[in-house]
Amino acid sequence: MTELSAHLPQFQHGQLSENFPDNHLSNTQESLASALFNADQNDNSERRRHDNSERRRNDNAESETNGQPQNNTQQVVEQDEEEDEELTLKYGAKHVIMLFVPVTLCMVVVVATIKSVSFYTRKDGQLIYTPFTEETETVGQRALNSILNAAIMISVIIVMTILLVVLYKYRCYKVIHGWLIISSLLLLFFFSFIYLGEVFKTYNVAMDYITVALMIWNFGVVGMICIHWKGPLRLQQAYLIMISALMALVFIKYLPEWTAWLILAVISVYDLVAVLCPKGPLRMLVETAQERNETLFPALIYSSTMVWLVNMAEEDPEAQRKASKNSTYDKQGSANQTGTEDAEADDGGFSREWQQQRDNRIGPIESTPESRAAVQALPSNSQTSEDPEERGVKLGLGDFIFYSVLVGKASATASGDWNTTLACFVAILIGLCLTLLLLAIFKKALPALPISITFGLVFYFATDNLVQPFMDQLAFHQFYI
Amino acid sequence: AFFWLVSLLLASLIWFVYVHLSDREDARLQYGLLIFGAAVSVLLQEAFRFAYFKLLKKADEGLATISEDGRSPISLRQMAYVSGLSFGIISGVFSVINILADSIGPGTVGIHGDSPYYFITSAFLTMALVLLHTFWGVIFFDACEKRRYWCLGLVVGSHLLTSGLTFLNPRYEASLVPIFIITLCTGLWAFVTAGGSFHNILKCLSCE
Repeated sequence: MTELSAHLPQFQHGQLSENFPDNHLSNTQESLASALFNADQNDNSERRRHDNSERRRNDNAESETNGQPQNNTQQVVEQDEEEDEELTLKYGAKHVIMLFVPVTLCMVVVVATIKSVSFYTRKDGQLIYTPFTEETETVGQRALNSILNAAIMISVIIVMTILLVVLYKYRCYKVIHGWLIISSLLLLFFFSFIYLGEVFKTYNVAMDYITVALMIWNFGVVGMICIHWKGPLRLQQAYLIMISALMALVFIKYLPEWTAWLILAVISVYDLVAVLCPKGPLRMLVETAQERNETLFPALIYSSTMVWLVNMAEEDPEAQRKASKNSTYDKQGSANQTGTEDAEADDGGFSREWQQQRDNRIGPIESTPESRAAVQALPSNSQTSEDPEERGVKLGLGDFIFYSVLVGKASATASGDWNTTLACFVAILIGLCLTLLLLAIFKKALPALPISITFGLVFYFATDNLVQPFMDQLAFHQFYI
Repeated sequence: AFFWLVSLLLASLIWFVYVHLSDREDARLQYGLLIFGAAVSVLLQEAFRFAYFKLLKKADEGLATISEDGRSPISLRQMAYVSGLSFGIISGVFSVINILADSIGPGTVGIHGDSPYYFITSAFLTMALVLLHTFWGVIFFDACEKRRYWCLGLVVGSHLLTSGLTFLNPRYEASLVPIFIITLCTGLWAFVTAGGSFHNILKCLSCE
């Protein structure tokens, strides 16, 4: 992709100049001081900005949010960076909203399904990845079993991620691509067939096989085309949301209670480690992709804007066929699946990125190898659209899935019911906001899971155990606070 | 909304601790604790509203410095409205959504001797509360801006008063009517604070 390569030399440049992040909260003192300072002088707004950046630079040497050393920054660069940062922040809010909508939609779909279709809350066995049951006599035994389950699941995920990285490093694109296609096939056809069947059962709708076959066939084929190839942006986003919701429903159904919460907690830690540590698999993946100037895994990422790379002459179709790794878990119940051994590898690392034209962003984002199919959305040519509004944000589908798992589990099993669900929802959205803010500050690939999942978990347990009895009592007497 | 939730969390934590430390069987004590918990929650909500004001003020300054013409794109009044609205929405939703969910169930409201008007009064009360939160938000932020501390005190006081009135609840005349009167007055006050006046209304209605 020529754009990436064009950006690459700027990348180092950008890294260097990324030394005064827009940390508003700590900058206000400086900006006030500098504003006053400038009032006596030539009231040039640019000058003010320049001084602000000076202050900010000096301040940031002590500020904790900026862990990077203060390198040399020329003044000219500062001016440019100032403008860039302004623009980034201005459009940052828009991007946050652009991500809120799909995350909310996914959660709404999952919660609606959980509340209405009882299939997904019935215990019908467990996946083979969580072999230990939680129906034990003692609490200690149950805790031990859930810890073991979580450990097995996480190790499966780690193995899969490393496998993915290895395959990517040794350029076995065809294998990865095939893996992704098979898992998205499974997800689009098989899981949605089951989902449709259960919905029909719940609402007692009579349906013949031929109609169902036609519907599923159409749904699946259009999905495959949209996700792996080209299609209208909205349709592709809708499909991504649907498959994330389906995957989340599978998790909610087949993971027992304590195991699910433990897995959520551990996977956010893993996400943090895998994306930020220098030897983390996801970070290596990102860096390898950057070295090769390739886009990463077109099938596993949700992006809010899409620009097609069709008009670049140099675009090589091979790079397009990147690794999209999709794997889905076999359900233990349906043991007759001879075909695929697709193990669901959950990569924990999803990072979001913010593409910006002048600020060279980093490329890729990770995602959990679940069936995600996103089209690679990179801004096509740098020549035409300098407009930052077209830049979008990318979020890995695994993030969607785990957020929805958290909210779905909250709505399925909480005693506080809707209160808990809502509290978790708000917590996750706030976590997403914070993560996007950090992204605007650091401009690197960041893990999207830790902050949101932590908030979500804290709020879930707190609301369920503390707030619920309180609100119950209040509502009983009809008191309002 | 997040801030309101955190305040609710802390308040329930306090209440919970007290409940567990006290005698479970004594109904009067539990009742008293509940009232105490509600009062603490009101105070915490107002405290968090103040904290949110501080946060927004800083963000406002930041936005002002980076915007092109030196003013922030969102005025403080708009932020006040949004913050009040979000407090109201989340508080209303928390108060009413379980009731709504139960209302899908069998139509046996009040069959054990409680009032049969439970649902509809809940609906009205929630509406009043949402509106009140919005108005309080506007007045509160304005009072903090202009440092009129008596306004602040009045807002907190009226919140406590409203909450207290709901303690009279099965006697709906005693609680609903005053609460609505308070809502109207606070609404007028907020309208005046936000810069409205009779003249503005006339202009608006005649579509000038």
